[in-house]
Amino acid sequence: MTQDPETYSALGEVGAFQERRTLWSRLKLDLKKSPMTARFGMAVILIYAVVAIFAPLFAPYGEAEVFPIPYAPWSSEFIFGTDQIGRDIFSRMIFGARNTVGIAVATTLLAFLIGGSLGLAAAISRSWLDQFLSRSVDVLMAIPSLIFALVLLSIFGSTVLNLIIIIAVLDSTRVFRLTRAVAINVVVMDYVEAARLRGEGIGWIMRREILPNIMPPLVAEFGLRFCFVFLSIAALSFLGVGIQPPTADWGSMVRENASLIQFAQYDLKAGLTPLLPAAAIALLTVAVNFVVDWFLHKTSGIRDE
Amino acid sequence: MHPVIKTVLERLGLGLATLFIVSIIIFSAIEMLPGDFGEAVLGQAATKETVAAFRRELGLDEPAYMRYAQWIGNAVQGDLGTSFSGRNASGVDRSRPVVELIAPRLWNTLFLASVTAIIAVPLSLALGISSALYRNSIYDRTVNTATLTTISVPEFFVAYILMLLLASLWPVFPSLANVDAATPLAERLSKMALPIMTLTLVIVAHMMRMTRAAIINLLASPYIQMARLSGASQSEVIIKHALPNAWAPIATVIAFNLAYLVVGVVVVEVVFVYPGVGQLMVDAVKTRNVPVVQGCALIFAMTYILLNLTADIIGIITNPRLLHPK
Repeated sequence: MTQDPETYSALGEVGAFQERRTLWSRLKLDLKKSPMTARFGMAVILIYAVVAIFAPLFAPYGEAEVFPIPYAPWSSEFIFGTDQIGRDIFSRMIFGARNTVGIAVATTLLAFLIGGSLGLAAAISRSWLDQFLSRSVDVLMAIPSLIFALVLLSIFGSTVLNLIIIIAVLDSTRVFRLTRAVAINVVVMDYVEAARLRGEGIGWIMRREILPNIMPPLVAEFGLRFCFVFLSIAALSFLGVGIQPPTADWGSMVRENASLIQFAQYDLKAGLTPLLPAAAIALLTVAVNFVVDWFLHKTSGIRDE
Repeated sequence: MHPVIKTVLERLGLGLATLFIVSIIIFSAIEMLPGDFGEAVLGQAATKETVAAFRRELGLDEPAYMRYAQWIGNAVQGDLGTSFSGRNASGVDRSRPVVELIAPRLWNTLFLASVTAIIAVPLSLALGISSALYRNSIYDRTVNTATLTTISVPEFFVAYILMLLLASLWPVFPSLANVDAATPLAERLSKMALPIMTLTLVIVAHMMRMTRAAIINLLASPYIQMARLSGASQSEVIIKHALPNAWAPIATVIAFNLAYLVVGVVVVEVVFVYPGVGQLMVDAVKTRNVPVVQGCALIFAMTYILLNLTADIIGIITNPRLLHPK
């Protein structure tokens, strides 16, 4: 049943209610009601995803293909010029979407896997396990995570795998706290008790009884955590201890081309070049924040009307 | 015992315990190094004897708890060990004590952080309180949007935009903050203008939003409404009724953001080549110079924990419920 959103009729409302909407039609309705900022955010995220997945199709040159002219100006051949050893910056930006965003997504997923499952386990058991995990998290959170990450990277060395594991473990502390806090309210519900009496295992209770009920705050937290992880990885790469060359990555690209800023007086485009990867980072975090804002607003039940 | 003193002592004990565990974690950094790091530090040509001597110097032939006791004892007395760099295969040792490397830089970092704090704290309190008072006005919305944007972008983006605008296009300030001990104060401040501005922008955004939220939260409580209904003026409501309860959240906000400053300086120091502890630490991580990393991490962690502890204690001693127990 199609419904014109401009006109309101009781029959339309009831009719639409009786006919159970499919997931797709509910999604379409939600999107229709979404504010401009959220639409902008979703469009940006979609574009980034497409570029990241099909990077080799979009990039005019290879990721580490070196051309004879370093620091070439913007031209039709090299859209954003070349970097300090003559690699095409536009191509590296596109491959950077794949590497930087991909690593950040993997890290966030791992952080949620660790923090989420431990948080659920702690909330269900409420025993020495809960005490032990909560106190360990308190200690881990007592040191700024960037400093902690620097210490761990100096021990284990800067490889992509180490980077993902270190940041994921440090960030899972916050996921743990949130999951535990929201799950504790659900664990005491009667239906969880019923499931327990029915003889279900802890895995079933976690997955089928508790998880669906704490999904909205976790999804919103996923967006915010992603931003945080993305910014910390970019900062570490910018400092030269994160993703290592020749892998194209936005954080290290800013660092490598930073000296071009000095030439902004003579050629503004050259001065803007190092800001492009930084702007790419900023745009994605702002976009994710917009979408998370809308999602929180929608699921918290607050209505503007 | 007065309940306030009891709570403060409890919190102090907890802080000390945290500091102890954190120091163990930082200490174990050297424990987790791969077995062949002696060769890595001294170079391929190192003989078995020099490597053995180096390991003995680090005390690797003693049990870990003995070394921890020694390490923490020395650290308390201001000795953080010897840097890994400057050693070579022949056994000639030109390495310097870590403290000698850190001390002058620590002063620089503290200077940068305190100047930023002196500017940022009053500014963000004023912005936060005023935007809470004129909530939902155009002024409030503008400040909100501006701060939300500065929060969501990386620090180095803010830093490079300022550098592009104020050092390159309109050269008002120098782009590099390469100060040393001999630099006179005026020149030092002009060289540090851009790092200070970057840090201020980032930290004011956080602080202002948290202050605003704390005040709005408070102004919505029933006892403020009661005061209003009983005829108190706006300034009376804020100074006499709201502020006594707001000290705790405001102190937390300030301490939390000063602690955030500790992390913020690392990136900003690298961008502007400012000779501070953050830059030293990043360089040490790149060369895997573990004693220097440990020293810097210990200082950063200590500052962070102490600032958070201060915030908690201020929160406790300004809490009217604890001050006047039933």
